[in-house]
Amino acid sequence: MAADVPLLRARGVSKLYGTRVACRDVGLDLWPGEVLGIVGESGSGKTTLLGCLSGRLVPTSGRVEFMLRDGTVVDVLQLPEPALRKLARADWGVVHQNPRDGLRAGVTAGANVGERLMALGARHYGRIRAEALDWLDRVEIDRERIDDWPETFSSGMQQRLQIARTLVTRPRLVFMDEPTGGLDVSVQARLLDLVRGLTSDLGLSAIIVTHDLAVTRLLAHRLLVMRGGEVVESGLTDQVLDDPQHPYTQLLVSSVLQP
Amino acid sequence: MTEPALVVEGLHKTFTLHTQGGIQLPVLRGVDLTVHPGECVALTDPSGSGKSTLLRAIYANYRPQRGRIVVAHDGGRVDMAGAGPRELLAVRRRTIGYVSQFLRVIPRVPTLDVVIEPLRAFGMPREAALERGRALLERLRIPERLWSLSPVTFSGGEQQRVNLARGFIADFPILLLDEPSASLDAAGRAIVVELIRDARKRGAAIVGAFHDGEVREAVATRAVTLHGEEAA
Amino acid sequence: MSAYNFAFLDEQTKRMIRRALLKAVAIPGHQVPFGSREMPLSYGWGTGGVQVTASVIGPDDVFKVIDQGADDTTNAVSIRQFFERTTRVRTTTRTDTATLIQTRHRIPETPLREGQILVLQVPIPEPLRWLEPREIETRKMHALEEYGVMHVRLYEDITRHGHVETAYDYPVLVNGRYLMRPSPIPKFDNPKLDRNPALLLFGAGREKRIYAVPPYTPVRSLDFEDHPFTVERWDRMCALCGAADAFMDEIVVDDKGGRMFVCSDTDYCEDRRGR
Repeated sequence: MAADVPLLRARGVSKLYGTRVACRDVGLDLWPGEVLGIVGESGSGKTTLLGCLSGRLVPTSGRVEFMLRDGTVVDVLQLPEPALRKLARADWGVVHQNPRDGLRAGVTAGANVGERLMALGARHYGRIRAEALDWLDRVEIDRERIDDWPETFSSGMQQRLQIARTLVTRPRLVFMDEPTGGLDVSVQARLLDLVRGLTSDLGLSAIIVTHDLAVTRLLAHRLLVMRGGEVVESGLTDQVLDDPQHPYTQLLVSSVLQP
Repeated sequence: MTEPALVVEGLHKTFTLHTQGGIQLPVLRGVDLTVHPGECVALTDPSGSGKSTLLRAIYANYRPQRGRIVVAHDGGRVDMAGAGPRELLAVRRRTIGYVSQFLRVIPRVPTLDVVIEPLRAFGMPREAALERGRALLERLRIPERLWSLSPVTFSGGEQQRVNLARGFIADFPILLLDEPSASLDAAGRAIVVELIRDARKRGAAIVGAFHDGEVREAVATRAVTLHGEEAA
Repeated sequence: MSAYNFAFLDEQTKRMIRRALLKAVAIPGHQVPFGSREMPLSYGWGTGGVQVTASVIGPDDVFKVIDQGADDTTNAVSIRQFFERTTRVRTTTRTDTATLIQTRHRIPETPLREGQILVLQVPIPEPLRWLEPREIETRKMHALEEYGVMHVRLYEDITRHGHVETAYDYPVLVNGRYLMRPSPIPKFDNPKLDRNPALLLFGAGREKRIYAVPPYTPVRSLDFEDHPFTVERWDRMCALCGAADAFMDEIVVDDKGGRMFVCSDTDYCEDRRGR
């Protein structure tokens, strides 16, 4: 039931810090149910771009439009802060590279998952807890840990908890910044598989920033390759990875170590 | 005469290897091919001549420099060489099935789920999809005890059969087969032949690279080379 | 003749505080910053309450001060004497005849009337401070009604103790809009906040905030649907007056562990005993 309006549309997004170009003139469309990967190495501008799209950074120029649930399109960069915060709470989710940035410390796992529900008005303890338990199952965290503090979890578990906390309110668009960064390889595989399943089951749209091509192969429908703040190549994931056109993309693809 | 399902016109594909000094490899140099529903066209070029390249180009996995690849999709026509990403994804979901030589294994997903995944795009309810999946896995002689396991640890032959199951489970109007009988024994090859024949019978248009002469003989309605004349 | 201005504060300061009070009354439950002055008592001993009282007290007022319900504790006595010296206003221990009551940690048992003003002393005005140390952030949360996180606190209590453990300074929602700390009154007193005919004023001197609940304003204690707000109950009566529905103080009477329960509100207890 694809509408003809993209869920998120960016045009000419640039972010300059003085004369330093963090990202320049980036445009993209994201459609409902799609996962877009943004790959590049450190300094490519991918994280800056993500910040500009999610309203956390103010771009130097450009336009970012988002389609609300009722079909109206809003200019994200022109929204007053209260409206932006409300949007971020209700419709968007952010998965940070470091799970501690996305979790509330000193508060149990169950409360971490339930918080967004409570923020949106949930007032029945039993139901909130049941939903938290359900989500712990989905992210493969032992139910017994619901009353434990995230500080006692391994980093892989913390990351899975962050995902549960973010997805519990079924945001329509999720921004992920290196979701598997810093995790052991075996832990990464499990996490990726989880994210893949959830995005597919829930019909999520997501923008995933990563330097790891394997992550994009598994999760993304489409890819943007960034270098030095600019998009050098884009296309379907398999197109970009199997038939890279740009010299930099070819370098990136050929540099991946094959075990 | 029915409308062709697939028309390839003047297709050129050259690889430029920037990481190796920019050398160019022209693989497809003006390929033309028309396939109608019910046909099975076999590409008979020797190894390394670009058969896979053509199949991948039709699937829009490779991007050609020049030419058109027009497929009949959803009552209309789409040029795979020029279509946007959403259209390409739509065509891949419902019109073109592709059986590559390798099964790309996603860890932890059970075989049965791997196999029925293409049916989701057709809106088939899960129970019905599972039934079809089980029947096909049985036909391909994958033992039931393997259905709930991920194909990660399967043998080459088993993986290939899972690959085939996934490729043939949905009724794609166009099928691209890249060495479908690789890694299979005689019994396996026979099943491949059956599957292809069944697909042809329901009106699928098939293009394939068949290394095995017997299989090719058994399934092809036409044999061609990429750049030349039709073979008999 | 006292060398001090009436009620100690200069008129400009009173005017500033009254303006803050008007704003507070106009937006029930919303914290209004004010220029808190240095008072002749330490922070933490009721400087906010004293400043509010000093700004609203007039020569015709009848003034009562209680501390934990009692008129005769050190703090209550100090504050009462302070206002006696700086205003010469009539003072009383009787809730029913007072026009202005300053209190710490209790709301009187005797129901208040229209026309009465209750001034409550507040240590920490910000209900979200436990969660968010930044003032900028808590102000935004209030402005945007981002209060879900307060329920996280209650959730944690229920998880840990099976019920909400908060026994005093129990957070409330005022007029359906602002989240407020009612000051360290026991939750037993929370229902008294709801649609009280009197004007309730709150002053935090150290934190420099004033807020208010105008008469007849709905005030609801936060809870969950399946864990509704409840008040404390004692299974005994006051040893002095026999009251069964008042907040009790537990008093140790000997060193063998003997104890007795008496009303915390001394005026209420005396009244029941027929004075």
